[in-house]
Amino acid sequence: MNSHAQPIGGTILTKPFRALLLIFAVAAGVIAWRFWAGIGPVSGLSDGYPWGIWIAFDVVTGTALACGGYAVALLVYILNRGRYHPLVRPAILTSALGYTIAGLSLAVDVGRPWNFWRVPIFVWQWNFDSALLEVALCIMSYIGVLWIEVSPAVFERLQDTPWAPVRRVASVITRVLDKVLVWIIALGLLLPTMHQSSLGTLMILTGRKLHPLWQTPLLPLLFLISCVVMGYGAVVFESLLSSAAFRRPRETRMLGSLSTTMVVVLFLFLGARLLDLTWRGAWMRIPGSAGYGLLLSVELAMFLAPALMLLSKERRTDPGHLFRAGMLMMLAGALYRFDSVLVAFNPGKGWSYFPTVPEMMITLGLVALEIMAYIVLVKTFPILRGIAPARADAGHS
Amino acid sequence: MAVDRRSILKALAGSAVAAAATSGRALAAVERKKVPAEAVGLLYDATRCIGCKACVVACREANDLPADPGPFQDRIYQAPIDLNDRTKNIIKLYKDADTVSYMKVQCMHCVDPACASACMLGALSKDKLGIVSWDGSRCVGCRYCQMACPFNIPKFEWRARNPKIVKCELCRHLLAKGGIPACAKACPREAVLFGKRVELLADAKRRIADHPGRYVPKVYGESDAGGTQVLYLSAVPFEKLGLPDLGDAPVPEAARLIQHGVYKGFIAPAALYAILGTVVFRNRRQALAEETPAGDAAGTRESLP
Amino acid sequence: MGPKHAHLTEAAASGTHGVDRREFVRICTLAAAALGLPASVAQKFVFAASRGLRPSLVWLHFQECTGCTESLLRASHPAISQLILDLVSLDYHETLFAAAGYQAEAALKKAMVDNRGKYICVVEGAIPTKDGGVYCQIAGRPAIDMLRDVAAEAGAIVAIGSCAAWGGIPSADPNPTGATGAPQILTNKTVVSLPGCPPNPYILLGTVLQYLVLGTLPALDDKGRPLFAYGRTIHDVCPRRSHFDAGHFAERFGDEGHRQGYCLYRLGCKGPATHASCATQHFGDIDGAWPIGIGHPCFGCTEQALAFRVPLHQTIEIERPAPPDTYPPIHADHKGISPVATGVAGLAGGALLTAGYMASRKLGRKEDDSAAPGRSDETKED
Repeated sequence: MNSHAQPIGGTILTKPFRALLLIFAVAAGVIAWRFWAGIGPVSGLSDGYPWGIWIAFDVVTGTALACGGYAVALLVYILNRGRYHPLVRPAILTSALGYTIAGLSLAVDVGRPWNFWRVPIFVWQWNFDSALLEVALCIMSYIGVLWIEVSPAVFERLQDTPWAPVRRVASVITRVLDKVLVWIIALGLLLPTMHQSSLGTLMILTGRKLHPLWQTPLLPLLFLISCVVMGYGAVVFESLLSSAAFRRPRETRMLGSLSTTMVVVLFLFLGARLLDLTWRGAWMRIPGSAGYGLLLSVELAMFLAPALMLLSKERRTDPGHLFRAGMLMMLAGALYRFDSVLVAFNPGKGWSYFPTVPEMMITLGLVALEIMAYIVLVKTFPILRGIAPARADAGHS
Repeated sequence: MAVDRRSILKALAGSAVAAAATSGRALAAVERKKVPAEAVGLLYDATRCIGCKACVVACREANDLPADPGPFQDRIYQAPIDLNDRTKNIIKLYKDADTVSYMKVQCMHCVDPACASACMLGALSKDKLGIVSWDGSRCVGCRYCQMACPFNIPKFEWRARNPKIVKCELCRHLLAKGGIPACAKACPREAVLFGKRVELLADAKRRIADHPGRYVPKVYGESDAGGTQVLYLSAVPFEKLGLPDLGDAPVPEAARLIQHGVYKGFIAPAALYAILGTVVFRNRRQALAEETPAGDAAGTRESLP
Repeated sequence: MGPKHAHLTEAAASGTHGVDRREFVRICTLAAAALGLPASVAQKFVFAASRGLRPSLVWLHFQECTGCTESLLRASHPAISQLILDLVSLDYHETLFAAAGYQAEAALKKAMVDNRGKYICVVEGAIPTKDGGVYCQIAGRPAIDMLRDVAAEAGAIVAIGSCAAWGGIPSADPNPTGATGAPQILTNKTVVSLPGCPPNPYILLGTVLQYLVLGTLPALDDKGRPLFAYGRTIHDVCPRRSHFDAGHFAERFGDEGHRQGYCLYRLGCKGPATHASCATQHFGDIDGAWPIGIGHPCFGCTEQALAFRVPLHQTIEIERPAPPDTYPPIHADHKGISPVATGVAGLAGGALLTAGYMASRKLGRKEDDSAAPGRSDETKED
């Protein structure tokens, strides 16, 4: 069918990698300070704005960016488009890393992370009203599922080691995995459907504190569609970026053919959003809140732009345009979710929020960690489809 | 049998109908929570309050709260500007060109609290008296309760290493010993009264009836947001005192309808899982058959992710 | 009872010492009230005094200015000093004694022997401890030894004035004599401390009367000070408190605020940290005759941490702040945004977007990759 995935190889500690390491080191220091001094001194969070960028970006946006695995799995395993298969492994890896980093962000954001273990175990205390409980349980399980889905790459590599016992164990596990993988994949399709939509349901509980242009019973559906949009955007972005960075052949044609699906999803979102606003008569709200009206327009424009770009045949085969479309899709979804969780959230007069520099450093550091982990894994294990490994002295990371 | 788009769509549609049917039943079944039979509460009459702040001092003492220097006069006074992690009760002042009114702010002890609905492990819950209280052993510190509360009551200890959620709990430690909340006890003008909610509500209505023109003719909390156990009477429109117009629907109702509606009995997720599993299984089998007629094993298998 | 008894009742009856019975009763009532005791106790005071139950009182002077004695004697209402002298048998007092030298010493010894275990020992002035206490010697004996001797057999020990209570002015930095108060030396005994510079004479009167009539000492705080006089700070009952609460302060001596009688906190008043009764019990029996009353901030003369330590006009921390006459608005302003952070975020965001755009242009410029070897996906049907 297609050529094998292979580890890229090459040095890990390149200059860009070391820069990322430095960023993460600084962030680690800030995280230590956060645990020593409390969340207040480190962040701009307050009783009016208890959720800031660590939730709005790291968790809500971050997991959606990590929905590449979900989006591609839908295509490959449900709609049976086998040609996109090479995109699966890197997408799943990005998903696994993205969700893990989101989990780390939660451990930093939450006041008592040492109580996390109670959530999945104390079943008798579960509050079934809470959308957050469902999100937490799904994300915890999904992280496990994602790493199981990544593991075949690991065991495949282990089948090449010189040590015989390791080879044997690896091949046994590979066979077992192969049998159950169908149900793991199905779980990996069910769980994001559940929790990505419930991330939207979370904001329904805030009632009038969320601006009427964003507050809607359709929040779960809009969050679900936007996560698929962002997933595809992330796949395009990451694929083209990896090819450039690791000096490997690009998959422009394959990505270009994804365009039809992407356009459909983009218009699905736009349609749902516009219908919802009309149905609820929310357009009336714009004259009274000009800033929010502008924000809404920017959101809609950012969903429309890549759709229009990808409609044109020449644009969708040009990697530059594809990349920009991918970026726009990620940014559009990110902006929508940021607005829904943070920007359009107004607890009342007198409260304001903007992340502090240390707060932003932590987010940046965790993103750097994710990128570093991606680099290490992709160079060590067969994730990316390849022809030949990159040269050891390659300048790019 | 080929699994194509049509069959998938049919299956999905089928499960959607099933989910809708179950959720339809669920929607009908979601009733509004009732006021507990032994519900206690407070009645605050803003027209009787003189702003002496004895209740603020009493609350601090009764709850062993640390001092809270406010910003006035270089912080020499204990005068917080709002509720926070050291202040569970506060008197605020509303002032405009014609009128002045004090406003006592503390937890409303809603009949259907948004905070309790939000909390994953039920750290915030209502007891049989209807008091909403916080159990630290179940708290993860996620602060979803703060996002949810329409009155912005739960406060978080932003500077603690093991942070708590702090809010009025109607001095339940005093109630357990047969006492009453410290604020009600300290008030020299009986502007804030403690008692059974039914009685307080009746009293409030009587006051409105007996003194036409003195009050805004509404008891705030009777049915607002599904009803609260702390009731307010005022001469000034409630919005101006910071009590928003929330309508009669309980705050958690909308999200609860969706969560229970979609996930009722876990039918929809299980059905979806079954469908997804079946589709993936069939697709994989077909792909394997097309790829290698001999069906060889390990290593070259590309249908693994 | 002897001549002393006759002297009192005669005086009470005849008013020859300027004290008539009504005045006597009035003062006993005042003293009972100051102690927080009911009027019935005042009657007991009168009864006890008129029956001549006069305990022996031995008054020691050490490193002192004699101000505490003087404040008793210089009271504008002479009856107090008279009363004290009539209520007790003053068996040793270096200032008031006519006797001196060996006679005085003999009187002290006799009082100690005759009233062993029952006499009141009042200490005025600090006790030097450095170099064996040589810096204050009476009859060739260091003060510290004299104190230990006399206190050993006393029924009650009262340290009057800040000097005797904790060292007072002789103990100010650098304290060259090692001056200290009586309680710090008599560590195994209960010493009633009446700090002040000087303390209000009514405090001594109340303490002595309680011992005389009830045989007990008043309830004391952790520093040995009677709660009835030292239980509250000046600030707690200051007549100018409403000005403090309303934020009216005198900023300079003689300014408009000072003239209006505003709070003296900003001029360095130590009232909020000073335990004493001066705010309610003024001096010289004249209403308003106390430091704040005449327009000068309290300097905390009873408190070891403040008097002769913290400059007169230096402001101090408030121990227990209380709500002032200011209220928070319905929607308080919770400041949340740092302009620096906004700038940094803007820069970072802009940089990332630009980088992304530049990367996309670079991608676009490279030649199309359809010629790259090994690509086989274009042959697969959808």
